[in-house]
Amino acid sequence: MSSSTLNTKIEASSTKMLIAMVGIGIVCALLIVFTYEQTLPIIEKNKKAALEKAIFKVVPGISSTRTFQLTNANELIIADGKDEKAKLVYAGYNKQNELVGVALEGAGQGYADIIKVLYGYNVNTQKIIGFYVLETKETPGLGDKIEKDQNFLGNFKTLDAELTEDGTALKNKIITVKNGTKVSAWEIDGITGATISSRAIGDLMGESAQFWLPIIQKNKDKLIMNEVK
Amino acid sequence: MVTYYSKEQRQADNERSKMSAAGVNKEKKDFWSRLKDSPSTDEFIKGVWKDNPVFVQVLGMCPTLAVTNTAENALAMGLATAFVLLMSNVLVSLLRNFIPKQVRIASYILIIASFVTIIDYVIQAISVDLHKSLGAFISLIVVNCLILSRAEAFASKNTVGKSILDALGMGVGFVFALLCLGAVREVLGSGTLFSFTVLPDAFQEWVIMILPPGGFFTLAIWLIIFNYRKQRKLAQ
Repeated sequence: MSSSTLNTKIEASSTKMLIAMVGIGIVCALLIVFTYEQTLPIIEKNKKAALEKAIFKVVPGISSTRTFQLTNANELIIADGKDEKAKLVYAGYNKQNELVGVALEGAGQGYADIIKVLYGYNVNTQKIIGFYVLETKETPGLGDKIEKDQNFLGNFKTLDAELTEDGTALKNKIITVKNGTKVSAWEIDGITGATISSRAIGDLMGESAQFWLPIIQKNKDKLIMNEVK
Repeated sequence: MVTYYSKEQRQADNERSKMSAAGVNKEKKDFWSRLKDSPSTDEFIKGVWKDNPVFVQVLGMCPTLAVTNTAENALAMGLATAFVLLMSNVLVSLLRNFIPKQVRIASYILIIASFVTIIDYVIQAISVDLHKSLGAFISLIVVNCLILSRAEAFASKNTVGKSILDALGMGVGFVFALLCLGAVREVLGSGTLFSFTVLPDAFQEWVIMILPPGGFFTLAIWLIIFNYRKQRKLAQ
């Protein structure tokens, strides 16, 4: 039982140590590379499927999507997937290839960590039509109501996000109000017990809409699918 | 030295070997009692019950407390740890005569970290959601002292077969302990078990159970139960 080198009193030479470490390192590296190669396509497929599912959720009634990316000149072009840091817009189309809406990402500081959301925007009616939390570490049972509270999620079925006449800014800033005090169509009815989290959603939605919606309206023609394509 | 057997002695020897052979056969029939007495079962049971990594050795507290807010997370975390434990035990045991004493800890960490990276990819491939809910705790398996302690205290001194049994025992024990915590916390904290509703809607969830304090409370209660049992056994 105790015949291992651990109990031998002879000091191992540096060469032996080096061989042992390098040897183990190479074996481990090969194992990792092999696993990486095997799992990479599955992981990418999973991530894509998860995002697709989210897009279908926030823009109801679509049957296909196209991804656009934002250029430096604030124009939208079809995403080539080369630039990983590019800001993306997902346009959703129905069976007749008509543009139903776009899915936009928003992110902001919540109570615990950054909250990432995806929301749907109807280009024609200028309304937010869907909402889905992509990433959250909010307190379970309290802050995570932003994902589950039906009354709160109901806010995003038709949330007014109209732009001003010149199309450069939101007419009314999207904000979260105290639970039960919602009067205007652009207000989000907050959650009691999740004040900070629900307010964070209002802030990050307002910020993201302020940034994206003028761009979307400006590039509206590019989003519409041409019959020729 | 030449040993001389008398006829009588030889006969006695033969009879004895016959008897022992018969004894083996007899024991074979009684599979469970044989299994119970075998040293390999002992090696296995030791990890599951007698030296349970969580309830007796109180090792690996970080994942035990952090990711047991649902039974599913607990099971996934337990299985991931058991996998790393098994694979690293096998490799450490295989290489035990090859690794020089001075660099053994570094080598163990290297081996463990590799298998953690592998399981990290595998979990991502199985479910992105699961990977998200386990978060950083998968990478933290590297520094789980349970795995390092088994490599150092057992696998580096024992044969591959024994190391496998030891890892399986400890792994099952760890999964069992995590499930004990996860199930209690999920049932009381969310009213569900493995996402199936088990408590009526009228039940007001104890939100604290899925928060960090709930982990400490649940662990404390399990430790009390285990220690009470142990003390009563000792007293008998």
